[in-house]
Amino acid sequence: MIREALVEKDNPLRPGKAGLVIRLTFLVVLGAITLMPMIWMILSSLQPQALSVSFPPNINPLGFDLRYYQQFLGRTHVLRWTLNSLIFAGSSTLLTLVVASLAGYAFAKIKFPGSKYLFWLYIITLMLPFQVAMIPLYIIMTRIGLTDTYLGLILPAIASPLSIFLMKQVMQTIPTPLLESARLDGCNELQVWKHIIIPLSKPGIAFLGIITFVQQWNNFLWPLVITESTAMRPLQVGLTLIREEVPLSYSLHMAGATYAAIPMIIVFFVFQKHFLRGVTVGAMKG
Amino acid sequence: MQKINNSSKSYWARLGRDIWKHRRGYLFVLPSFIFFSLFYLIPMVSALVVSFFNYTPLSVSYEGLANYRRVFNDPIMFSALRNNAIYTAGVVTFWLGKALLIAFLIDPLSKTLKVFFKSAFYLPGVTSGVIISLIWLWMYNPSFGLFNNILNAVGLPALHWLGNTSLALPALILMQVVMGGGSSIILIAAAMGRIPNSIYESAILDGASRLKIFYKITMPLIKPVLLYLIVMGTINTFKVFDAIYVMTGGGPQFSTTTIVFRIYETAFTNFRMGEAAAQSMILFSIVFVIAIVQFRWLSTEVEY
Repeated sequence: MIREALVEKDNPLRPGKAGLVIRLTFLVVLGAITLMPMIWMILSSLQPQALSVSFPPNINPLGFDLRYYQQFLGRTHVLRWTLNSLIFAGSSTLLTLVVASLAGYAFAKIKFPGSKYLFWLYIITLMLPFQVAMIPLYIIMTRIGLTDTYLGLILPAIASPLSIFLMKQVMQTIPTPLLESARLDGCNELQVWKHIIIPLSKPGIAFLGIITFVQQWNNFLWPLVITESTAMRPLQVGLTLIREEVPLSYSLHMAGATYAAIPMIIVFFVFQKHFLRGVTVGAMKG
Repeated sequence: MQKINNSSKSYWARLGRDIWKHRRGYLFVLPSFIFFSLFYLIPMVSALVVSFFNYTPLSVSYEGLANYRRVFNDPIMFSALRNNAIYTAGVVTFWLGKALLIAFLIDPLSKTLKVFFKSAFYLPGVTSGVIISLIWLWMYNPSFGLFNNILNAVGLPALHWLGNTSLALPALILMQVVMGGGSSIILIAAAMGRIPNSIYESAILDGASRLKIFYKITMPLIKPVLLYLIVMGTINTFKVFDAIYVMTGGGPQFSTTTIVFRIYETAFTNFRMGEAAAQSMILFSIVFVIAIVQFRWLSTEVEY
């Protein structure tokens, strides 16, 4: 009876009782190995240094204390770094959504000469490493005085080719007759975009928004290069600065790491469905 | 002369008319294209230009191929290429093996269990490279880390994980294999789920074993996804930087220096922008070749 709840009913390859037990054992062990570092991170952040070094880890709920979080949050720039990360990830996500949903609509549903070549240009760039653009981009930013500013941080994150690709994929599935009839009813293209395209691509837009936010929150190389003053650093760069300042306080590092990871873990669990489905939408086929 | 002028004039007039006629399409693309060209296209093309200049914060002067001569005579760049190759090959191979095994294991399970395990394996993927590096730095710590504690507990000598030239790169590979690859699992599982049951049913009627079914039916049918994952995995893994920066700084003795880390050092520690641009052109060429291969491979489709 339990077996019925655990396996797919109509799958011809569904395992017998023994097979199921073997499969689940393997999966639980592999899953535990995958999640163990995260658990280790949280445990170490909650325990005084001396306790967290023991193996097996000393799990004593009464011994948990939050002093490393207090220490972490009490450091001069931590709240500013958090704000920087929120501004960086938040505004680049919003702008990406607007820009990519407009372009995605044009590539998916409006015929215009050269659209195919233009789209290919995006796709090719999608494959190429951002690191190639990084040095000229840094030089340009220095010349126009945008180093160490929010604009310098945000602007290059907006027109990611992946966002255009994703939006085109999503909007292609909207039936064209729907758009035709809206146009016949007197909608202009912007109204079609606003009243039909956007509402019908909501799951795709949500997915793009979530992954852009997570990606930029976690982004490291460009923020490291473009920000200079300690106050302008985002959280990820800030974590490495704390490690340089207090190299041996591992519990403090783990408190910082947990602090920076928890928001993304919450985002993941809240939008779990979008993540798991979105990965398949994002994959390029043919 | 007159005639050529005329026809070229009408050509531009026609082009202008065409663009005006289709202005809606262009206008919708325009905002994205402005950002895309300013922050992707133009910088990427400029990288080639910068690579011919001796570009430092103090002076800029044209010097032809000198940067490329420096890059090709730089022994560290060669070890970076080698490290990149080993790292990428190791990570992508083990990722794929892990993803295949896990996708195979969860394939016949119920939907709830599938979602549960997919989420568990995907979860580390939403945390940043910096966070993961900090955790593993702590686990690899020679005197207090988790790994040496485990070795101690079973009576083995402690290892200097990240301080040993022959161990540091494998240690970084291990970390990436354990923490990454979540999306490969989801994609392979989705591909396996799309295989019609009827194919399996007839194979079972023919008396084929599970293992044989996996090799003879499942594997060939999910091949396009596997190729896609190999190529995308290679391209993405090639750009490894965060872990190197946080955990080893490229050491010990350059044994974990990768191309992107070398580019970063040249540009932002030694302030030799031109040479760094030349190094990035090497990265560009390698990834470009892989991308071309990808387009070739992906044009092969399967039919059920």
